[in-house]
Amino acid sequence: MSNLNQEHHQNLHHIKQMMERSSRFISLSGLSGVAAGICALVGAFFANNIINKSSISSIRSIENYNMDNSKVDKISMEHFMGNSLFQIAFITFIAALSFSFLFTYLRSKKTSTPLWGSTSKRLLINVSIPMIVGGIYLMKLIEFGVVDLIAPGCLIFYGLALVNASKFTLTEVKYLGYLQIVLGILNSWFVGYGIYFWAIGFGIFHILYGIYMWNKYERSSK
Amino acid sequence: MNPIKNLNKVFENRIRLGLMSALMVNDSINFNEVKELLQITDGNLASHCKGLEEAGYIKVQKGFIGRKTNTIYTATKAGEKAFKLHIDALEQMINNSK
Repeated sequence: MSNLNQEHHQNLHHIKQMMERSSRFISLSGLSGVAAGICALVGAFFANNIINKSSISSIRSIENYNMDNSKVDKISMEHFMGNSLFQIAFITFIAALSFSFLFTYLRSKKTSTPLWGSTSKRLLINVSIPMIVGGIYLMKLIEFGVVDLIAPGCLIFYGLALVNASKFTLTEVKYLGYLQIVLGILNSWFVGYGIYFWAIGFGIFHILYGIYMWNKYERSSK
Repeated sequence: MNPIKNLNKVFENRIRLGLMSALMVNDSINFNEVKELLQITDGNLASHCKGLEEAGYIKVQKGFIGRKTNTIYTATKAGEKAFKLHIDALEQMINNSK
């Protein structure tokens, strides 16, 4: 009888596994989180240097430039694109994305799940919606010179994207999302310290989350 | 009542059980996705699908994307009901033997 019981247990386990594997993208590697976090810290370090170097931060100077020229009521995007902080943010984002992709690609090979299937497609769509909406909104904030709310905005929209995505990948992503949202909201009361909040959220939280996930899912399977 | 009676013979097979599980949480799945999920060959999958289709538990729709055939599977209402009963029976048997 216990043999049969074991078989039922295995069947239930199989059902659960098949349900999860067919509806969630589970190849997301913890190392992706660690790599993205390190990229964010490096980016934040360079950004901080630039902010410290100029007595008035580069973004502030744009704001002042904006105010001085009463005829120009909007900052031209070109000017902002040329801004070194924006360049750093852009490079950091691309680097973080590439490294996360690499580690997740390697993991998907190991678990022999396709990197591009219906689960990863669903995950990507659900991450993208809050990210793109947030991106457009933040661009608008920059255009109107509300630079103080950029860092909190990044954290809040990224957090929302993670919470939204957590239904289509490992559920723990949800808690990382909650943390980012809380941090972003806190940051809107401490607007001068955006770079530190940014480093904590995108840097330290990612690294801690990545280590936790790697420890939980990947170390044992080696 | 003996719950063993509620265990469904159709779901005794691992492949059929796996396919049905996946269909419970997805609106539909296509042939290639099922193959990747269960890691089986074309012929093997086709014969198991036939079993589920004949039982009236799944619906098979053959279509085309360009020139490639695209077979889509969906669970029927009867299939969902039968599967739920099967899971309940499994759980009951495990609980009874504790």
